[in-house]
Amino acid sequence: MTRKQRRLTMIGGALAVLAIAAALVLNALRDSIVFFTTPAVAAEKQIPPGKRFRLGGLVEQGSLTRGDNLAVSFKVTDGTATLPVTYKGILPDLFREGQGIISEGALDASGVFRADTVLAKHDENYMPKEVADALKKQGHWKDDYGAKPGAAK
Amino acid sequence: MIAEAGHYALVLALGLAIVQSIVPMLGARWRDSGLMNVARSSALAQLLFVTLSFGALTMLHVTSDFSVVNVFENSHSLKPLLYKITGVWGNHEGSMLLWVLILALFGAMVAAFGNNLPLSLRARVLAVQGWIAAAFYFFILATSNPFLRIVSPPIEGRDLNPILQDIGLAIHPPMLYLGYVGFSISFSFAVAALIEGRIDAAWARWVRPWTLMAWVFLTLGIAMGSYWAYYELGWGGWWFWDPVENASLMPWLSGTALLHSAVVMEKRNALKVWTILLAIVTFSLSLLGTFLVRSGVLTSVHTFASDPSRGVFILLILCLFIGGSLALYAWRAPSLRQGGLFAPISREGALVLNNLFLTTACVTVLVGTLYPLGLEVLTGDKISVGAPFFNLTFGPLFVPLLIAVPFGPLLAWKRGDLLAAAQRLFAAGVAALMAVALVWAWVKGGPVLAPLAIGLAVFVIVAAISELAERIGLLRVPFRTAMHRAAGLPRSNWGTAFAHAGLGVALIGIVCETTWNSERIASMKPNDTAAIASYSVRLDSLVQRQGPNYREQIAQFVVSRDGQVVGTMSPSKRNFATRGMSTTEAALLTRGASQLYISLGEAGADGAIAVRIYYKPLVLLIWFGPMLMAFGGLLSLSDRRLRVGAPKPARAPHDLQPAE
Repeated sequence: MTRKQRRLTMIGGALAVLAIAAALVLNALRDSIVFFTTPAVAAEKQIPPGKRFRLGGLVEQGSLTRGDNLAVSFKVTDGTATLPVTYKGILPDLFREGQGIISEGALDASGVFRADTVLAKHDENYMPKEVADALKKQGHWKDDYGAKPGAAK
Repeated sequence: MIAEAGHYALVLALGLAIVQSIVPMLGARWRDSGLMNVARSSALAQLLFVTLSFGALTMLHVTSDFSVVNVFENSHSLKPLLYKITGVWGNHEGSMLLWVLILALFGAMVAAFGNNLPLSLRARVLAVQGWIAAAFYFFILATSNPFLRIVSPPIEGRDLNPILQDIGLAIHPPMLYLGYVGFSISFSFAVAALIEGRIDAAWARWVRPWTLMAWVFLTLGIAMGSYWAYYELGWGGWWFWDPVENASLMPWLSGTALLHSAVVMEKRNALKVWTILLAIVTFSLSLLGTFLVRSGVLTSVHTFASDPSRGVFILLILCLFIGGSLALYAWRAPSLRQGGLFAPISREGALVLNNLFLTTACVTVLVGTLYPLGLEVLTGDKISVGAPFFNLTFGPLFVPLLIAVPFGPLLAWKRGDLLAAAQRLFAAGVAALMAVALVWAWVKGGPVLAPLAIGLAVFVIVAAISELAERIGLLRVPFRTAMHRAAGLPRSNWGTAFAHAGLGVALIGIVCETTWNSERIASMKPNDTAAIASYSVRLDSLVQRQGPNYREQIAQFVVSRDGQVVGTMSPSKRNFATRGMSTTEAALLTRGASQLYISLGEAGADGAIAVRIYYKPLVLLIWFGPMLMAFGGLLSLSDRRLRVGAPKPARAPHDLQPAE
């Protein structure tokens, strides 16, 4: 093989791998990304049942009920709309009513959000960034949301 | 007084870094050895002053001087001494100080041990190090000064984030930084070579030990971080494809590529331009990681506090260094002479393939990490890119790489024989097929991919062993001769075998853990029993205990198998009053390489407690693998060929002009 042929083989191989990688990335981006919404946006967009998304907002005061076998249900609110959520399992250490959370899952046929993951803040200064931004956008942000240690129980 | 001294020492270090950035560069230009030697002394003095500064901050933390904001915000007088020390870098300001300390350490090491380098190259390398150091000192002093005082000192501090109060904080950040920052040396060498316009095999030989050292630390740092997340966060995951983890994985991938392409450059004087680019890219990715983690663009445990001015400042540093070095590359790289020729099927070809897959995998991680940020800026949509994305992109790219790994060391330089290599891999192939059949029969169906992946892992491991056996002629020559040859085999060959085998070991762990891990979530009262895998776990009692700066509830479990008690486990839930936070301390019971894992949830009103129990088969292999890789790296680092027989530059030193 001449130098030119060798170089062409190399470049051809590299382009083939990059093309495969690009195809994989585009395919994965179509199928496996999850959008973030708040209850108001979820109602507005009419997300079909079964489509996975991330729901963020505050846990509504007095809405948390615990059922048998670690089943819990609560309501997530963004000040404008609320959405009922059910979850089975152990809630994060800092899950409390009145605090910001993010949960991931999908709506079922009756319009209840079935979460398979619930994330809460890491410490008293931390409000999930997406939730804080969404609340600010809708004018429901209060500065003390973040600052109150162990608020509301 | 101590705080002011620390602050002053840092300012002096900045001054020294500025001198180190300018004077040696001019010296190298004017060929003035006196000016060039300034690099050495200023690098050593810089280390001294940063160490003083870091020591001062440590002292303030140990003595709980709450008149300093940094100590007040991140410490507590009741905190155990270990966490008072590790808390120094458990916050934004302190961690940046650790960053520059390690940067200065590497600079001083080049200054102290780089006597075999040509004077002008050493001067330029240290000057580039000086640029990086000056930028970061300036960043710390302008936006993240750890020595600020409070006007009216409070009596008690706000305590360190409880999640960080763990031995992991003592090991993970320093290791990771040694890796991240270690790549700054390869970067400085690359930029210096571009400025000098001359690069040859000797350059690769000087750079390789530094790259290898950084790589070893980064490997251990990532593995340690993963194990820490596994036992501290309480839900048994060891890798979340979190942007912050990706930020450390990207430099690892491109650093691994750099390590391999530097071999080609050293042995065959080829791939020069590419190696230089990789050196620049690897450190750029380290800087990007620092930016992602420290700027507050992402929220995670790693983001201590976000302050927009810091983000903008780091972004400026990032643009300056990445943009500047790439511009220099675009300008000077075409003038570098092309090196040796090789056929596509050859050792070089295999290493190119390795580089191709590693960098492509690195790009997919980059896309997955930055795409959500970009989309939010452009459209305002918030999305999350999680494990499914990476499993669909990263996974398929790693499979061909792993298949190719065993072939590399068996191919000859310049022109290899693929058929002969395949014949020598016959044993490994047979072992792999047997492993697939065995696993398949043992789990009776189930997921198809898992046995195949284990077969691939066995192929990589057995091939690494048989490659060594082949080299020493085991089973062909008398045993004693073989042992004699084994002792004489270069350490770097052993290193390669260990590192490649480590890849297979980690893969077995990953596959077993993700495929056959079992999980039970239950609400348990004392004397309740839960069954998992072949174990039965009984909740013995619930006790309260007072720790130094927390209260904890401990659940004691007795684990038995076939009626035999095999151990006790006591996971706990700690409540830290100062921060109003609780943490979950999981309990681990190790059986061989497998682990039982228990973590606690909230206690119910009826005296029951929510419990999460996992059985994770062969999970420890996930971390043994990287440890083997790092051990391989250390073996290779200790190879005497890297130390003695100091390589001579290819051309005489009077010829310092760029090769046009």
